[in-house]
Order: sequence, then C-alpha cells, then structure tokens
Amino acid sequence: MSDRLSVLKTYKLYVGGKFPRSESGRVYEVSDSKGKWLANAPLSSRKDARDAVVAARKAFGAWSGATAYNRGQVLYRVAEMLEGRRDQFTREVADAEGLSKSKAAAVVDATIDRWVWYAGWTDKIAQVVGGGNPVAGPFFNLSSPEPTGVVAVLAPQESSFLGLVSVLAPVIATGNTAIVVASEKSPLPALSLAEVLATSDVPGGVVNILSGRTAEIATPLASHQDVNAIDLAGADEPLAKDLEIAAADNLKRVLRPQPVDYTEPPGTDRMTAFLETKTVWHPTGSLGASGSSY
Amino acid sequence: MENVASAPASAPAFAYAPAPESRAVVDIAPSYGLFIDGEFTEAADGKVFKTVSPSTEEVLAEIAQATEADVDRAVQAARKAFEKWSALPGAERAKYLFRIARIIQERSRELAVLETLDNGKPIKETRDADLPLVAAHFFYYAGWADKLDHAGYGANPKPLGVAGQVIPWNFPLLMLAWKIAPALATGNTVVLKPAETTPLSALFFADICRQAGLPKGVVNILPGYGDTGAALVAHPDVNKVAFTGSTAVGKEIARTVAGTRKKLTLELGGKGANIVFDDAPIDQAVEGIVNGIFFNQGQVCCAGSRLLVQESIQDELLDSLKRRLSTLRLGDPLDKNTDIGAINSEEQLTRITSLVEQGEAEGAERWSPACELPESGYWFAPTLFTNVTQAHRIARDEIFGPVLSVLTFRTPDEAVAKANNTQYGLSAGIWTEKGSRILAVANKLRAGVVWSNTFNKFDPTSPFGGYKESGFGREGGRHGLEAYLDV
Repeated sequence: MSDRLSVLKTYKLYVGGKFPRSESGRVYEVSDSKGKWLANAPLSSRKDARDAVVAARKAFGAWSGATAYNRGQVLYRVAEMLEGRRDQFTREVADAEGLSKSKAAAVVDATIDRWVWYAGWTDKIAQVVGGGNPVAGPFFNLSSPEPTGVVAVLAPQESSFLGLVSVLAPVIATGNTAIVVASEKSPLPALSLAEVLATSDVPGGVVNILSGRTAEIATPLASHQDVNAIDLAGADEPLAKDLEIAAADNLKRVLRPQPVDYTEPPGTDRMTAFLETKTVWHPTGSLGASGSSY
Repeated sequence: MENVASAPASAPAFAYAPAPESRAVVDIAPSYGLFIDGEFTEAADGKVFKTVSPSTEEVLAEIAQATEADVDRAVQAARKAFEKWSALPGAERAKYLFRIARIIQERSRELAVLETLDNGKPIKETRDADLPLVAAHFFYYAGWADKLDHAGYGANPKPLGVAGQVIPWNFPLLMLAWKIAPALATGNTVVLKPAETTPLSALFFADICRQAGLPKGVVNILPGYGDTGAALVAHPDVNKVAFTGSTAVGKEIARTVAGTRKKLTLELGGKGANIVFDDAPIDQAVEGIVNGIFFNQGQVCCAGSRLLVQESIQDELLDSLKRRLSTLRLGDPLDKNTDIGAINSEEQLTRITSLVEQGEAEGAERWSPACELPESGYWFAPTLFTNVTQAHRIARDEIFGPVLSVLTFRTPDEAVAKANNTQYGLSAGIWTEKGSRILAVANKLRAGVVWSNTFNKFDPTSPFGGYKESGFGREGGRHGLEAYLDV
C-alpha cells in the first residue's frame, strides 16, 4: 500500500450550493504548519464575492422563512455528517494548525459539539430574547427576533475549524444566510466543510464559502449594498477599521473583532448580534376598566 | 354637501372659539448656559445662539453654544462622576430616577407648554403624548436599576462609562428620556447634546436633576449645532455613542467611531408604509392614517408617510381621508383645539417645500384641504399626493413633514413587496379585519415596529428601532438596556 499514489483533491469554492472554481481562474498555495505544500486553494476575486452575495440573498427568503424546528433539524444533520468525516477533518486540522492527531481530534470533537449546541438554539432564542411587553394601554404587543439578512463572516485566521464553525453556526441558526471568507492561511477545513453542508440538507446559498486573501474579498463585501451585516472576526486591526468605515455606507451591523477563546462555551452574543427585534402592536379591544368578573 | 363622494373643496365652516393654554406656567429666562458638572456655565468662547418659537418666530432665549473645549470639560466631569455613580447600589440609582420621574410628572404642564413654545407642536400632543411618555420612561428604567442581574445579560453586567448622546428636535424631551433614563439606570454618566432649534426642555431637565439631588456631573447638557455633536461623538474618552436623527448623519457617525471600542446605537430615518386592505374598517383606518402622518406635523421618523391602499377601495378611502383632512385645524400650537402646529424651523420648511415641489415636477398629483396659514412662523398645510409611483422621490425620501404619498396595490404579496421597497426599515402599519392577514403581513415586513389597526403607539416597555438603514440597536424595554451595558 505504501507505493500507492494518493488521489489529491481539487479544492473549490462553495457558492449557491455548487462548487465553482474562482471566476478569476486563480489559485494559491496552501501549506501545512511546517511549510509543506498541501493543495492549491481557489484565490477568490471580488466577482466571486458578489456572486456569493447574490446566492445568499436568493436563499434568504426560504431559509429565514423555514420553521425554527426545521432549521434545527438541518443543523443537527450537519453535525451528523461531520461526525462521519471526523478522521478527514482531524487530518486537515492537524495539518492546518500543526496539532498532534489527538489534539486535532479534540478540536474536531469540540467543533461537532458546537454544531449540536447551535442546532438546539434555533427554536429557543426567540423565547429568550423576545416576548410580550406589558404596555400601559389596551394593546397586545409582541417583540420577536428576526434575522438581519445576508451576513458576511470573516472566519478567524488561527482557529481554522472550531473558530470557523463558532462564527458561522450562530449566523445561520438564527435564519441569516452567510458568505464565509475562510482563514487565509488555512482554508482547507472550511472548503471541506462545504462538502458536508452540501450533503446535509442545508439549502444551496445559505452558506457560501470563499477562500483567498481576506482583505481582497472582504472589501467588496463590506461595501456591498445588499449585505446586511459583517462579522470582522478574521480581520486585523487596520483592516477591521477600513471595513467598518466601508460598512457604514448602508449601515451594516458590524461585529468587531475581539479576542475570543473558541474552546470556551460561547454565549448568545454571536446570535443576537445578527438579529433584529420587531415589535408588533394590535389593539386588544378591551372590554372596559372593570373587566370581566368571570 | 349632498355629494359625499367628492371631498369638499373648502374647510367646513365650524367656528371654534380660541382655547389657548396659559403661558404663565412657564418662566423662560432670557439666557441659558451649558450645564456641566452640575453648574450652568458660559461657553468657552462665549458664543451664544437664539432659540425661537417656530409658530411666531419670537426669540425665546439666548443659549450658550458649546465648543470642543466645552465638550472636553463635560466629558471629564462625566468621567469623574462615573466612578461614584457606577459604584452606587442599583437601588440608590433607582431612587434618583424615580425622583426624576415624579418631578417630571409634577412639572409636566410647565414642560408641555415649554416644549410647544420651543418646538411648535400642538399642546395637546406635548400634554397628552410627550410628557406622559417622558415620565413613564424614567419610571420604567428606574425599576431596572436594581434588577440588572435579571435582565438576561449575565450576572452583574457592567456599565460602559461616559455616554455621548445626540438627539433631534422632533421630540426634544422624549428623546432625552429615551437616552438618559437607560443610561443612568445602568450606571453610565451622560453628556447630551440637544438639537439647536429645541434646547430649552433639556436645560429645564438640568434643573430637574438639581431638584432631584442628582450628583454633579452625572448628567451634562451641551446645546450646540452639528459641530458640537461631532466633537462629542469623536471625543476619545466617550465610551458609548447614541444618536437619533438623519440617516446621513448616522452614517457619518458610524464612520467616526469605526476602529474604536465605542459602542454605537443609531435611530435614523424612515419611510413607513401604512397598508390598508380592502376589508379594513375605513373610518378607523382614516384616523390611523391621519395619526400616522400628521402627528407632530409628520416630523416623526416612524411616520406612515407611504400609504399603500388596495386598489378596489382607493376612491372610497381617499374621499374619506380628504374629508377628514378638511376638518384638521392648523394654527396656534398653544390652542388646545389645534391638530397641526408649526414646522420646527425655516430650514425644515424649505426642505419640505422643495421635496413637495419635486413631487409635483415628477408628475404626482398634489392635494391639500383649504387651509389658511398664519402670517408669521413656519407652516405647511397637510398635503397628500396621488398618482405616485415607487420611483418618485416623494415615495423614497424621508420628507419629515405633513406630506402623505399614496400608492396602490392589488394583492398582499404586492403590498409587502412595495412596503419593503425602501432603504429604510423603521415602521409599518397594517389595516385589515383579517387576523391571519395581519400576522402573515407583519411577519414579512422588514421593519422594527409594526402597528396593526393602530399607528404611532409608544411605550417604555416596548423595544423600538430599525432594520436596514433606519439604524441599529433598540430603545425601550429590556432590549434598551443592552446599549448601555458591556455585554
């Protein structure tokens, strides 16, 4: 067996449920932590970014309109598929982050558990952050969280898989659709995640994954008029500032980069950051001050 | 008057006796300073500006105009006060806020008259809407101050520090309450800039803080123009920025705070769709439409400025609406019978006039009831436009005046598509007797507040804020605390 030549994979982007090459035809070399060549990853262009926005917008209506129960099922299905590819991701994470096999396996386990955690949130977040308001008047009045829309996610640069899932899962659990810019140095786990998403009942376009130069892809996303929010987790300080300024053009919701230990249990912040609150009023037709005496 | 199908050409000849509210309850001094560290003080360069009553153009007072140096001084005072204020037990902060709420109730007639004089809005609105809501906001957030552990932001959530707050002229005291009450309840200190055309009630509020015994520096008030606000927003020692105003300025502020740790919330413009279905109770809908666009002369960010009416009832609805508009009384805002007061400033009047002229130039049909405008002051007759398309500027831009654009639709899907066809997403209205339709349409509207079979209702317990370019963050309710906590 040792003589056998292995079959290499051509890594591709994931846009609109399909696996295209970069429109630009460009690739860049991805190496492991010791500098050994692993693969050529697509070097996405701004056109790829715009195509991904179109796909994410197209998918938003159905995904945000799906029942929370259904979204939970789909997310849990992702965890099931990940579990089946545990060895593949362990290898990719070990290569990407220079971890031992056992440490990489622990990262993959934590990542799968995180999917499961978010899968359970889809039909609970509304009760935690929404509810009825006791207004001083004869009105029924309800506040509910709703997804912000299309969210651009700059995945963390260092944590290529656990970090990636920690920023992506909350965005789609709440009904948003996402364009993910994978870790520039270590994009392979993200590109492989696309294969899992494609086989996990996640509708095409809900998650779109791009690899390449973070600054090059993020800039058109930050200024895009049809992107509603941006998570700057993967941007360094000067880039984050430029992107935040660009994001002001259509008042995108911006989640600024901050130091995060992705091994720690996440709070609800990454979900609430991309939720709007809608308050709906209706008269109650109150029967009068005395009310009913039963 | 036999033919009710066509709206009357002139206002009905009801003669109302004048019923003016007394100005005697309010004592306006000839000049006011900045309120910094518990003291009224002159501006660093001694500059002042005048505030006028928009209904008469009478100069009400001279106001000190804060410079960058004054901003710095106020922020320092707020920073110093923050140490003690944030360390105070929540129950003690609560009592200060309860005191403020009570003093506002006690002085509400005085403040209502003052607000009407300075802003131009009818006394019945300041007296019956603004002031009760102002007191209610302080009362509501007072109760949160010692319960923050239970607000859903984890145990012992921390305040941010100094809050820089910039508020508009359309609801001067109400916007102050929306900003200051949650900031103080959560343990922050405040530097607030009221709008240049309506600084008086904020300065009276400074006196309320004094009466309540609020520690010095916890609340600072800096009247001024846009440059004062810009200096406040940019000040490096401000930890939180809250702004209510135009979308253009909101974007500028977002750029200013980019790359800093300042937390930002923005309440910006709107172009609210008010959707009337064919089964709506017409008379109620007409009242709601009037309230939606003519409340506060339409100078409301969540105004229902785009009427979307189902084609089959367009004629009936417009006839009723025109008839109703003909009964609105425009004039002295201090008269208790007045429905429509003055436009807040000459600048705003110019903007409204120019947008309305563009509406005519683009081919929309303009209509106003016969309406005599007073000779002095800034006035604009209630106006509605028919033959409006979605491409017209009057259907896209926020006019912030008593101008309603009427569009039509045939199906609920079309109504939703048209309602959402805007850069804004603050408010919307739905009028129908069918419950399932209310829920289906409310669900699909991209707006932060949806009023069904009612309009322009506010309450301190209810989160308010926009989608899309109407800004981000929510004010009111439990949600309103988040803007002032480190979460």
